[in-house]
Amino acid sequence: MSGAPQTPLAPAATSETSRRFEWSPRRIAVALVAAAVGIWLIAKASEDLRQFAVVSLNGITLAALFFVVASGFTLIFGLMRVVNMAHGSLYLFGGYLALEMQDSWFKEESGLGLSLSGTGDAEYSLVSWVVPLLLAILIIGVLGMIMQQVFLRWNQGQDLRQALITIALSVIFADQMLAAFGGISKDIKTPTAWPESITLPGDVRFGFFRGVIVLGAALLIGLALWWLIRRTRFGQIVRAGVDDRDMVSALGINVQLVFAGAFFLGAVLAGLGGVLGGTMIALAPGEDTSFLLNSLIVVIIGGMGSLGGAAIGALALGLVDAYADVYLIFGDTDLTNYSILVTFGLLVLVLAVRPLGLFGRPA
Amino acid sequence: MTPSTGRSNWQVLAVVVVAAALAPLVFTEFFVSVILTKSLWLGVAAASLIFLSAYGGMVSLAQVGIYGVAGMTFANLVAADGGSAAAWSPWLALVAAIVVGVAVGLGFGAIAARSVGIYFLMITLAFSVLVYYFFSQVTTLSGFGGVNNLDLPSLVGSPGQDPTRLYYTTLVIAVLVFLALRYISRTPFGLALQGLRDEPARMRALGFDVTRHRILAFGLAALIASIAGLLSVWYNGRITPGSINLAQTIDVLIIAVIGGLYRLEGAWVGALTYALLDNYSREWTPTFGDVLGPERFNTILGVVFLVIVLLSPGGLVGLWERVRERLGTSRNEPPGAVGMQVETTRGGQL
Repeated sequence: MSGAPQTPLAPAATSETSRRFEWSPRRIAVALVAAAVGIWLIAKASEDLRQFAVVSLNGITLAALFFVVASGFTLIFGLMRVVNMAHGSLYLFGGYLALEMQDSWFKEESGLGLSLSGTGDAEYSLVSWVVPLLLAILIIGVLGMIMQQVFLRWNQGQDLRQALITIALSVIFADQMLAAFGGISKDIKTPTAWPESITLPGDVRFGFFRGVIVLGAALLIGLALWWLIRRTRFGQIVRAGVDDRDMVSALGINVQLVFAGAFFLGAVLAGLGGVLGGTMIALAPGEDTSFLLNSLIVVIIGGMGSLGGAAIGALALGLVDAYADVYLIFGDTDLTNYSILVTFGLLVLVLAVRPLGLFGRPA
Repeated sequence: MTPSTGRSNWQVLAVVVVAAALAPLVFTEFFVSVILTKSLWLGVAAASLIFLSAYGGMVSLAQVGIYGVAGMTFANLVAADGGSAAAWSPWLALVAAIVVGVAVGLGFGAIAARSVGIYFLMITLAFSVLVYYFFSQVTTLSGFGGVNNLDLPSLVGSPGQDPTRLYYTTLVIAVLVFLALRYISRTPFGLALQGLRDEPARMRALGFDVTRHRILAFGLAALIASIAGLLSVWYNGRITPGSINLAQTIDVLIIAVIGGLYRLEGAWVGALTYALLDNYSREWTPTFGDVLGPERFNTILGVVFLVIVLLSPGGLVGLWERVRERLGTSRNEPPGAVGMQVETTRGGQL
């Protein structure tokens, strides 16, 4: 037993290194997959650079939309530990509200219905897009706040029960929206004055709304949220609340007010996502599911409650979706049908290394 | 939480099974098929969810995804219209479907088992929806209008003409599933599972491999879910991606919650309630503009679900227990002994 004095040191030393970095088989596997994906993308990019640029832009703009929606989801979870399964419903309802307002208030036929110009005969001013947007997100925000006050406020901390309540609400929402707005896919019209597309250097043409408005909105929201969380008193309270809710409340801060505010903000972001998505893609039954799933995947990848995580997660999901939809062709075998498996793979990969997501912290 | 082993429970079970066995003599073929058979297989699906939640503390939404995988495997391996129609013997296809279902379940479990609580719920929900998107994308497996006219095992005959055979098959399987899950909950494995539901840290300190236990439990639940998938495919005679979408995932969750997430019996109580609502609510629902009417079944289901979650987290079974407890306080233990506390004392005794 001459080595006895050293033994306490040995495990301490290994745990020290393991905290820094260690090439576990799991991590090696992840690195190999990442390298393979990188090589595959470079190979595809070198075939057709212009297509690669468009596909990448598609991915980034999709990611922008995912970020707007998921940031609301993660904000609510981070502060209140509420998994709002009705987030997708709020998204879709926001879109439908804006569409209804645009249709009933701003649809001006140009010249007595003499549609010589073809299909898109209605004129839409800038106001006809912005006013429905603002009203819709306001209504969704208030709706979200009511939801929290009526159904979630009194059972704080029972996270499963709260998730079940929001699932019940989403079932009711989905059915009522189907009744009210029908099953046909619709979209919100952009102002007529806006150009169809823009031309980027290298003669790459890309949709104006997608590339400028959605991307711009996401960047703006990202910055605004960062400012709000990092630089304002509200943000200070939210951050403190994420760490220790009871302590914040004990310091005399009206936590319930902050919760209501956070739910309002989270719902506003879902509604805004709905208006953007309803203009960029479409509004139809099933989009609520789709965006709930996207938000879930984004925050599972990025880590629940982390805004930076939501941004990274959205980017990863958007790019993976876009690349897998186009580039999953090897020689003659077309595997683009299986693109959903790549999304699944992304999820598996992240969870294998970090069960709580990239920026997740234990609750 | 765990079913108590009193003799009265066995009597109740026997009465229910005998009544169920006699049901085809009393009820119409329609009722037997559309209400009873359907509740039995939906109950098996919900039981796989309740098993995980009651004994393992894991609320999994992946069960419909797994049953979809098993159902799709079966549908693709037997002779059918659509899909790959490999024309295997239905018995062989049955075994293969269960093997594939369990394998996928173990895979899902391996990824999700390190997460707990609400994270687990979200990850498994993502799995289930991904399975649905996979089958709706890959039409070589799911056909364009689903996989139809399946070749079924001779055991169930042709449910379209004679639903009683499928009914009795489903009844026997459901009873076996119930008994097996109850038995497993009392084996060392089941007890360890309940231990790590309540005290994962302590169990880990005792030397149990918590993650492996969770994965195995998930695999077992996947076996039950696969059986439910096969029963659903036999019942419908077909499978479409639409029958394993998020709505179905949530329906199975609703069934489990309505019945009671903490009791295996709840699975079938919830399923029967669901099937009755599904069929008869359309008849008595008043029409109220677009908001309410015979077509708005999901609204009614959602409201029932919401009310149950708000009033009784233990579901109908929990409600019944509370009522019984209040009536029988004089001769039984003091109130409040039901639920978590019974659980812990029971664990202590064993």
